[in-house]
Amino acid sequence: MSALEHLPEIDNGLLRFLTCGSVDDGKSTLIGRLLFDSKTILADTLNAMEKTSARRGMTAVDLSLLTDGLQAEREQGITIDVAYRYFSTGTRKYIIADAPGHEQYTRNMVTAASTANLAIILIDARKGMLNQTRRHSTLAHLLGIPHLLVAINKMDLVDYDQATYENIKAEYLKFAHKMGLKDVRFIPLSALSGDMVVERGERMPWYEGPTLINILETVPAAHTERPEAFRFPVQFVCRPQDSANPELHDYRGFMGRVESGEIAVGDAVTVLPNGLSSRIKSIEIGGQKIERAIHEQSVTLLLEDEIDTSRGDMIVKSAEAPEAVKQIDANVCWMSETPMSPARTYLIRHTSREVKAKIAKIDYRLDINTMDHEPVTTLAMNDIARLTLKLAQPIFADPYRSNRATGAFIIIDESTNNTVGAGMIV
Amino acid sequence: MSTLTQQTLSHLDWLEAEAIHIMREVAGQCSSPVLLFSGGKDSVCMLRIAEKAFRPGRFPFPLMHIDTGHNYPEVIAFRDKRAAELGERLIVRSLEDSMARGSIVLKHENESRNKHQSVTLLEAIEEFGFDACIGGARRDEEKARAKERIMSFRDEFGQWDPKNQRPELWNLYNARSHKGENIRAFPISNWTELDVWQYIQREQLELPSIYFAHTRPVVRKGELLMPVTDLTPAKPGDTIEEVMVRFRTVGDVSCTAPVESDADTVEKILAETATTTITERGATRMDDQTSEASMEQRKKEGYF
Repeated sequence: MSALEHLPEIDNGLLRFLTCGSVDDGKSTLIGRLLFDSKTILADTLNAMEKTSARRGMTAVDLSLLTDGLQAEREQGITIDVAYRYFSTGTRKYIIADAPGHEQYTRNMVTAASTANLAIILIDARKGMLNQTRRHSTLAHLLGIPHLLVAINKMDLVDYDQATYENIKAEYLKFAHKMGLKDVRFIPLSALSGDMVVERGERMPWYEGPTLINILETVPAAHTERPEAFRFPVQFVCRPQDSANPELHDYRGFMGRVESGEIAVGDAVTVLPNGLSSRIKSIEIGGQKIERAIHEQSVTLLLEDEIDTSRGDMIVKSAEAPEAVKQIDANVCWMSETPMSPARTYLIRHTSREVKAKIAKIDYRLDINTMDHEPVTTLAMNDIARLTLKLAQPIFADPYRSNRATGAFIIIDESTNNTVGAGMIV
Repeated sequence: MSTLTQQTLSHLDWLEAEAIHIMREVAGQCSSPVLLFSGGKDSVCMLRIAEKAFRPGRFPFPLMHIDTGHNYPEVIAFRDKRAAELGERLIVRSLEDSMARGSIVLKHENESRNKHQSVTLLEAIEEFGFDACIGGARRDEEKARAKERIMSFRDEFGQWDPKNQRPELWNLYNARSHKGENIRAFPISNWTELDVWQYIQREQLELPSIYFAHTRPVVRKGELLMPVTDLTPAKPGDTIEEVMVRFRTVGDVSCTAPVESDADTVEKILAETATTTITERGATRMDDQTSEASMEQRKKEGYF
């Protein structure tokens, strides 16, 4: 890989991906390998890691030291929290969300998965599919990660045996079919020796597919390749009335991020909740006019007509308005050490809108190892359950499956202001 | 829905759009935010992002600098000039005032003032009733920061509890706080040093002159180059050399060291940044080298 010796001439965007697995699967080694081969680990970091490894009596450099960022984690030798790592190949920038693999950290994996567009599911070639593999795949699927990459690692410990790889692949495919997983790819790896990570190596000539880095470089960076409906939650309204410039006296700019779809000057739009329609007069970034804005761009929209609009409202294309709903069914991951109290009122943040919510019904809790549905009366930390929620005001929602931005919400406990849950609208 | 496949943003456009979104969330959710501006390269990027987020309006927050009194004069002059050009309000609160009040007591006269910034910052937060401070910290700077949230909650003592952080999912940020508590918001969390330089190049941002190669008297201390200044004079026996250097980070004079370099343009700095073998803080910050957990410790005490 030419890595960073040359500055990017082609910009192939930014890919956020997630690595699932435990230290035992070689996850830290894989991340270390990617950072090392892309020359992202710099000499002084490596030096510090060498010193720490030696102090702990290890003979080789422990790459997991890279990801164990907090004192408590170093003391316990485990990863507790999601860590974000960065590397660049010169053509694409990557953000790795590194989530701990243990069952008690489901909430961390859910957190890491929420922003990822690809998940690497690590399997130890000696052990094959484990409960953990199914759990990680289920969560990646639930969180709507569009691309799954099953990395069968530690091939060096099974003599780079093709049959071992094929057996695990066949078993996973059966599971994937049952789960309805779509874009699943497989790759044999040795993160330790580097085979099929960046370099192909010479020990697996039977594998003719792309290397890990080739897959990362070519997978679509966008969350979806489907055209999506235009959704623009208003974050902030700009009214620079006190400006000395009289041209700005009537300026009303609606500031936000294009959460999905795209918009151009002249498009017919509707503002929710009031339902009034207008057309896009101009689109600006920092006061500079542009003709159109695409998915994930932060812009300011100006409308032809004066429509009373404030934070929490949503601008959509008139022909494709979402539903305004006051009751939602959702898959919720409980994230707080304090169990859910079904009698309480919680706050829900959905796009830039905040509404009060009550739990109408807990349909079931999902056992993420067996996929069984279990009846429960409350939720504890790391539980995932299907709920029905009643809302004090309507939200403008799409199912999470068809729109990640308008299908997701977080639950906030007003007494502590903590984020206690994460929900995906069904 | 006119296209069949979605167009995607370049990586810099994506990072910029994310940062704008975060700044607008702070402005939308918090009643009294402030943007910390030191004159350093990261905070220069933050000002450009704020312009893109809020122009043609004014920024919905003032700028604030916590001045250790030990900053390079070029940086302070640049800070004042930039704030004036933008026509935004700049608040400066100084460590020396906290020392006069007795809330900061140095162990000895030459102790680095960097870690004491948190005291003055917390005093300023209380004075103005700020409920959010927007800062230019990045996750790639240091490993305690790799686990930092974009909206990071601090209790009434300004403390960060790494074991008790709010989960942060999608781009749904929770910047709520009770009176006395506050939020630290980091819009460029996901940027690397290289991204910052690429952005400076693309946006043609002006920087304090000490970021570019210049000749300066230094003393070699191990792998670090210690600048010889009034605050940090050479000690008997030191060999003073005139070396071509530049600063990769700018902070308190007593704890920020330059690196040897002849890169006198953004392009040359970019080329060096892309091929360097030493991390940004490793090469330049004496305060991070005391122990493996030193940054985490300072963050817990209210440091950024």
